Amino acid sequence: MTTFLQQLVNGLSLGSIYALIALGYTMVYGVLRLINFAHGDVYMLGAYTGYYLSRKLKGSEPSLSGALVVMLGAMLVCAIVGVVIERFAYRPVRRAARLTLLITAIGVSLFIENGAQLVFGPDPKFFPSLAPRADFLVGGVRLTSEQLTVIAVSFILMILLRLFILKTRTGKAMRAVSFNLDAAKLMGISTDGIIAITFALGSALAAAAGVLIGMQIPKIDPLMGILYGLKAFVAAVLGGIGNVPGAVLGGLLIGTSEVMVVGYLSSTYRDAIAFGILILVLLLRPQGILGRAQKEKV
Amino acid sequence: MKSRVLLAVLLAALMVPACRRGGGDEILVGEYGSLTGTTATFGQSTNNAIQMAYEQINAAGGVLGKKVHVIVEDDQSKPEEAATAVTKLINQNHVVAMLGEVSSSRSLAAAPICQANGVPMISPSSTNPRVTQVGNYIFRVCFIDPFQAEVGARIAWEILHLKKVAILSDVRNDYSVGLQTFFRQTFKGFGGEIVAEQSYSEGDSDFRAQLTQIKSANPEGIYVPGYYTEVGTIARQARELGITVPLIGGDGWDSPRLWEIGGEALNGCHFSNHYSVDDPSPAVQKFVTDYRTKYNQTPDALAALGYDAARILADAMKRAGTTKGDKVRDALVATKDFQGVTGSITINKERNAVKPAVVLKIENGKFVYVTTVKPTGT
Repeated sequence: MTTFLQQLVNGLSLGSIYALIALGYTMVYGVLRLINFAHGDVYMLGAYTGYYLSRKLKGSEPSLSGALVVMLGAMLVCAIVGVVIERFAYRPVRRAARLTLLITAIGVSLFIENGAQLVFGPDPKFFPSLAPRADFLVGGVRLTSEQLTVIAVSFILMILLRLFILKTRTGKAMRAVSFNLDAAKLMGISTDGIIAITFALGSALAAAAGVLIGMQIPKIDPLMGILYGLKAFVAAVLGGIGNVPGAVLGGLLIGTSEVMVVGYLSSTYRDAIAFGILILVLLLRPQGILGRAQKEKV
Repeated sequence: MKSRVLLAVLLAALMVPACRRGGGDEILVGEYGSLTGTTATFGQSTNNAIQMAYEQINAAGGVLGKKVHVIVEDDQSKPEEAATAVTKLINQNHVVAMLGEVSSSRSLAAAPICQANGVPMISPSSTNPRVTQVGNYIFRVCFIDPFQAEVGARIAWEILHLKKVAILSDVRNDYSVGLQTFFRQTFKGFGGEIVAEQSYSEGDSDFRAQLTQIKSANPEGIYVPGYYTEVGTIARQARELGITVPLIGGDGWDSPRLWEIGGEALNGCHFSNHYSVDDPSPAVQKFVTDYRTKYNQTPDALAALGYDAARILADAMKRAGTTKGDKVRDALVATKDFQGVTGSITINKERNAVKPAVVLKIENGKFVYVTTVKPTGT
């Protein structure tokens, strides 16, 4: 039983990472109906920004304030990266066919992956310890400070995001844009601004996920965004793409089932499980768990 | 018009081989290795040592009156790239012999190509038995996994006195799977018990699920026959989950980066290797000093084996009196008591080297020599 609970903790901490990345997919899809394939790579850039920032801070002992600086710094850098990607890659083709936008996203993704291999080098790098660590034993289950941080930070960020979307004027505008872009524009909402903010928020969350995985794993490499990005995308679809709580639910489900499959079946099926779930969802409930079925408009 | 352009391109392509280098006063040797990627230090160490070996040989007059020139291709730690690299070295650079790889999976990807082209290939440090079974042009200068796994089992049973051991291996890696199988056999043969077997795939970075299962089986030690990037990460995550028992491994652990990744989590862990820097023999000490002077770092076992492989190849060419593939192959088969850095090397009829292994213990970033295990029957 303790083993099962321990696996559950492992699964939740992995799932929180997927959830944070999935939020970015779902938000961008919400406003633009675009699957932003470069999102996983923004997550990777977040991890690398965190890595270089923490190297800069090195010399000082691991401390909470240092970890906070690294996290916020990476989020800021990636928010800017996200806005730049939107402004220069997606905005020029926004009115073009949906397929053009999708292919542009794939292009951006390849560009970042290969650029990162050139700039950072293809060898994996290893995160230094950021925060002082401590372990807690609760009924035989070991909770490491890294795992607790991952879960706690993810949930705080997700709650903040939810409050932002539901309680602020910008959040309201975001929902309006997501509902109908043209109508929102007619109501005097600066849609370009809202879309940029959406990218900034999504990318900042991905960066947070990158730093958190760096603290926990601690290996990072330029292609780490591909698989995590794909699984987070599956999580977003599972929860219902465009639906914010759905992305969180999807992330946690994918993370937990992945860990359970590795623990109780075989590690060979680790990646198969996410995509198996994707196929099942598409067959049985194409709109996702929390998604609403949309009627095709004629 | 289009076909004329195509014709021009084809003609140009035909002319390329005519302007290749070498032939006259140089012997071209190909080397493929992981200069980048998850096992980058393997390829870099091997390459450093091979370059050093041929510099020394060239300074002493070369081979058959010619200088040896090594052409290196990076396979990025990927088997499919290894196949591309050797194809290029053979077809484009026309090398007369091939050196590489460290990883068995990548040697296995490249070996059939060398065999088909009649180019002798010496793997410095691939330990999976299947590598040299590819064909009669494929050699190695290291011991093989059944023996290495036996050494691993001896570490667990005789040195650490463990009765219950778990195994965590890389399912997608021939080296790791081979060691896992042979370790299980030997350790059970001693009377030990394997309480859990878990697996991962190269490139994975989260091992908590597997380690949690292993922990619940309460082993007294864990055999981790993997490569240093994963092993370092596994050690850290194991300690975080409260697993305090020692880890045991093979030569895939040998990298200057292992400690950088795993750190204190590795203290007290043991692994089997090809040589120890602390070996007082003059051949080893000269090699270590030369290497330190040239590269400003301590050579690992992969460097030592790369050095031996390069020199055995040169020696075989000298004895053959030619660089023709079949003659060099015959000379390699006849290699007997070659005094290498990693011991006296004799090639047996399976084209493997028969030689002892050393056991090293990790203490605060240093690999401390524990003992030497001789192969049974010698």
